[in-house]
Amino acid sequence: MARDSRLNILGLQRFGLGLRPGDLAVIGGDARDLLLDEVKRRSVPVPIGLDLVGQAQIGSAFYAFQEKEKAEREAPRPAMQAAMMPAPGGTNEGQGASPPPVPPEPPLPQRIYRDEVAARMRAGLEPLAGFGERLAQFWSNHFCISVSQGNFVRALAGAYEREAIRPHVFGRFEDMLLAVESHPAMLIYLDNQQSIGPNSPAGKRRGRGLNENLAREIMELHTLGVSGGYSQGDVTSLARIITGWTVAGRDGRLGFPGAFAFNAGVHEPGMHPLLGKDYEEAGAEQGRLALLDLAHHPATARHLAFKLARHFVADDPPSALVSRLTETWRRTEGDLAAVSATLIQSNEAWSPEAAKLRQPQELLLAMLRALGRKPEFGPIAGALAAMGQPLWQPSGPNGFPGNNDAWATPEGIKTRIDVAAAWGRQAAGSASDPRALLEAVLGPLASVETKQAVVRAESKAQAIALLLMSPEFQRR
Amino acid sequence: MSDAIRDDDDDCEAMTPSRRSVLGAASALFAWSFMPKFAHAAAGSRDARFITVVLRGALDGLAAVPPIGDPNYADLRQDIALQRDGADAALPLDGFFHLHPAMPNLARLYNQGHAAIVHAAATGYRERSHFDGQDVLESGQQGPGRVDSGWLNRMIAALPTGESIARHGVLGVGVVPPLIVRGQAPVLGWAPPMMPRAGDDLIQRLGDLYGQRDPMLANVLARAIETETIVLGQGMGGDRMRSRGGPGNPQGMIQIAEGAARLVGADDGPRIAALAFEGWDTHANEGGAKGRLAGLLGGLDGALDAFEAGLKRVWKDTVVMVVTEFGRTARVNGTVGTDHGTGTVAFLVGGAVRGGRVIADWPGLKPEQLWEQRDLKPTTDIRAVAKGVVTDLFGLSGPVLAEKVFPGTGNIAPMPGLVV
Repeated sequence: MARDSRLNILGLQRFGLGLRPGDLAVIGGDARDLLLDEVKRRSVPVPIGLDLVGQAQIGSAFYAFQEKEKAEREAPRPAMQAAMMPAPGGTNEGQGASPPPVPPEPPLPQRIYRDEVAARMRAGLEPLAGFGERLAQFWSNHFCISVSQGNFVRALAGAYEREAIRPHVFGRFEDMLLAVESHPAMLIYLDNQQSIGPNSPAGKRRGRGLNENLAREIMELHTLGVSGGYSQGDVTSLARIITGWTVAGRDGRLGFPGAFAFNAGVHEPGMHPLLGKDYEEAGAEQGRLALLDLAHHPATARHLAFKLARHFVADDPPSALVSRLTETWRRTEGDLAAVSATLIQSNEAWSPEAAKLRQPQELLLAMLRALGRKPEFGPIAGALAAMGQPLWQPSGPNGFPGNNDAWATPEGIKTRIDVAAAWGRQAAGSASDPRALLEAVLGPLASVETKQAVVRAESKAQAIALLLMSPEFQRR
Repeated sequence: MSDAIRDDDDDCEAMTPSRRSVLGAASALFAWSFMPKFAHAAAGSRDARFITVVLRGALDGLAAVPPIGDPNYADLRQDIALQRDGADAALPLDGFFHLHPAMPNLARLYNQGHAAIVHAAATGYRERSHFDGQDVLESGQQGPGRVDSGWLNRMIAALPTGESIARHGVLGVGVVPPLIVRGQAPVLGWAPPMMPRAGDDLIQRLGDLYGQRDPMLANVLARAIETETIVLGQGMGGDRMRSRGGPGNPQGMIQIAEGAARLVGADDGPRIAALAFEGWDTHANEGGAKGRLAGLLGGLDGALDAFEAGLKRVWKDTVVMVVTEFGRTARVNGTVGTDHGTGTVAFLVGGAVRGGRVIADWPGLKPEQLWEQRDLKPTTDIRAVAKGVVTDLFGLSGPVLAEKVFPGTGNIAPMPGLVV
């Protein structure tokens, strides 16, 4: 069926990544079919790069890096001074032939982070619609970690998203939850690798105890939601249940260094109640069973149905849409492909009003796609930080906000304009005619006023900046 | 390319003069409505400045202002307990309470009578979610979930129209300004810029486009321009204020305070501002006299110093209020940190503060004196403190405060005598 062509393209912006020049001719037909086809094919981009490796390899490399840093810090001073002394035979002065200084390679965690950011952005250039990528970003933010926690999480951030989030975007929520809560990045970010059962062998020996950070956020943020009906007692109980979920150390005693491990020596022994049900002592299995029950809890279905609808459709989403998503979630016990398909199939999700502002990461990807710009770490990281959404670095475990209020702010708009101006200048040399570009990336969405503004711009750079900052490009 | 566009394009060069004049008229109109208006305080009343600093993540009040005189303090805090004596001794306040050694500026202000500390304080929120706790603190509502406006914004909206404070709006620092300032009353925005600023002409054209197509973006951009006017007037343009590390970094905190102080101190600037510092969620390795929390407290201390320096001219009419969503567990946890708690501290700093005192109805730290046997029990409502300050500074009436600003708090009286 031929849908309204404007709504067709708006839908691709709302649920996808935005048009690349040339896409308009390929799309045709119905955007809904295109989006549902991605669900059917379970199509989620996989960031690839020569240097991208898994959690265990990163962990081992990180431990080695820490050892090396420590050794260098503790190196005897005379040796350091000797190394900094000019070489015998004079200085470089007057020797015009000496090679220019090579900027030093950043330390390992930053190097890995840099490669992961670029690979993640490259992956977002591939799909035609990009619903799978948008969902991957939604879930990655829902289960966020932050590289500001420290170097280990910085090194693991990309691997975390590739290993714990992306494989399950069209899979089962329970599998994503288990993968997330057992990933070294999450265990370090929310301190669980330091939590010790007071009555465990280690707890008795060392007099240390619980850290309830991860347990609280699992219920408040990851599953039930803050009004999901749990108590302080449940938080402490879940913290006891997941004691021992940790990261194997460099000695390899618990497992491959840097990988997930269950340490029975710090696990709080015994049966623990959670939400009125008793969980028998079963080592790591105790935590797995508790997480499965949280994944299947009705409050989890409601919480996440609402969050999905708010993210994609409107700050105050239609209640019929939320009900339908909740119903699918409960009927399929958290089959995320079914829930995602329900979102696309619901008429309430197809309002012709572009109610939501693109968030900075979406916007940046749309800009890269529209301009055909090669994703390089420096400009991407700079733009995202300026606009307030640096990759894998929210200010707290609740992730970046999903509502317009947080982004449609004076300083937020000012920085978007700064970024658009800089990118417009950069693209002016290579991009095609801005008027043709406008047709290619907004098509029927472009208003007469925006067309005029672009046409009347004083330069190509300004025309591109106006296009990028137009309401039709900023909203979805 | 459609014919219509080609026509426009052709027109572009030929019609430049008329386009200029149209734009000129539009820009004059545009600029007029955002022209800075100079304050004219009503006769007899002070032209006050009020800055709220939200510490996100829950500040450990027992570490910032340790009750070293309480016999149970040292045992609860074990390795991270602060000491009266020695190399890293806590700074003395009143004999019972001390101040963390990373805060020498606050100690100085306290001794000058320009700082008061409220202890064992909390909002009405008694759960332990950061996000709900911050929502309650900032929205001023009884419970979480009502986040369409913040109490500072509603306070401004409640002031008589024409009041200089209301006309200048409220400054929300950050790319994402804190909820406490969001709402109907105009919000100005500023953050240390991370990129070169775009040219005026581009902004002008976008203002025109938004004016035709998008009222929400038009409104937001207009407020951005308004702040930029003040920023430039204060010599803060260009690269001078380029970001030095953000709100979770001690240097970043100081820089944010410097910028906010300049804007709030300007004659044509906003009289009220809110900003947030991050990173206070010290579950692990919190540290004692030195370490993670000490670094953050040092940043806050430097920020208070920067407020004093930047607002020197109006310091006698200034109150800076530092608040956090809740406190942390009284007992140190298994990972030498503290988990989410309840009672904590709030700071009032400024020349208008009746300072030099710790305001506390001390609940004690024995197990049976703790809230739910784990947290410092709250005995002072932070909303009473906030109400007391704004009543004295801006003359709001009790009913307005109890209905509009902090709805449903008729039973919480403004704390008297906080302001000189």
